[in-house]
Amino acid sequence: MRQILSAFAAGLIFGLGLIVSGMINPAKVLNFLDLFGQWDPSLALVMGGALAVGLVGHRFILKMDRPVLAEAFHLPTRSDLDLRLVGGAVLFGVGWGLAGFCPGPAITGAGLGLAPIYVFLAAMLGAMALYRLVMR
Amino acid sequence: MDYATSFTPVSALIGGALIGISALMLLALNGRVAGISGIAGQLLAPKSGGRGWRLAFVLGLVAAALLYTLVAGAPQVQIAADTTTLVIAGVLVGIGTQLGSGCTSGHGVCGLSRLSARSLVATISFMAAGIVTVFLVRHVFGG
Repeated sequence: MRQILSAFAAGLIFGLGLIVSGMINPAKVLNFLDLFGQWDPSLALVMGGALAVGLVGHRFILKMDRPVLAEAFHLPTRSDLDLRLVGGAVLFGVGWGLAGFCPGPAITGAGLGLAPIYVFLAAMLGAMALYRLVMR
Repeated sequence: MDYATSFTPVSALIGGALIGISALMLLALNGRVAGISGIAGQLLAPKSGGRGWRLAFVLGLVAAALLYTLVAGAPQVQIAADTTTLVIAGVLVGIGTQLGSGCTSGHGVCGLSRLSARSLVATISFMAAGIVTVFLVRHVFGG
């Protein structure tokens, strides 16, 4: 139960971060990616802010024997670089550049009641579910 | 139609720090990575354990939008894409993040914080693909 509450709190703070930073707004995302047009560098600072906190925090957290509420850390263990990683990232980047939504802002945006976000979400979640169904 | 936006360094840094704090919280308390495409993908997988915390995290995201709107009013969201583009983009983001094991949060924030080489390669790849896509759409084909 405490893990459920902590996950909810983490999601709430993450979502607030996406909204406060402006990442929830696809126009800001697309203008960040538009280096050769009306470039808005804001999102570089979103990532910079997140990484500044993340890089320092990880040094301390990963020295802990175990997480506060769980038995062990669940971290990705793979270190190989393959075509799936790069190909998947490129497909994701093309989709991100087309509409300006990545998964976090799209899911957070479900709380805003805007029809275009539900269209994107339905397509994204449908594709994820299909992928998981076919690849397992 | 491309919307103009202005450079907002302070709110960007504050929002970014909140995202970083959230990721650290989930790691320190639950031992989990705050990768949103992974969390969503696992929730949608036919057989999957650990749905509880994942569902709670997703509900937290949605609750953030409700809470923010209640306190500060609706945030600015300007969507230029038409329905067809939204569907194509959604499918590409859905497949791409599952194939590439992550998105902006999992690779771009959590992975880079752990200095993961895979995440660095993925982040450079999706950033580059996004930049090229916007360049083509706005400056080569569109306008």
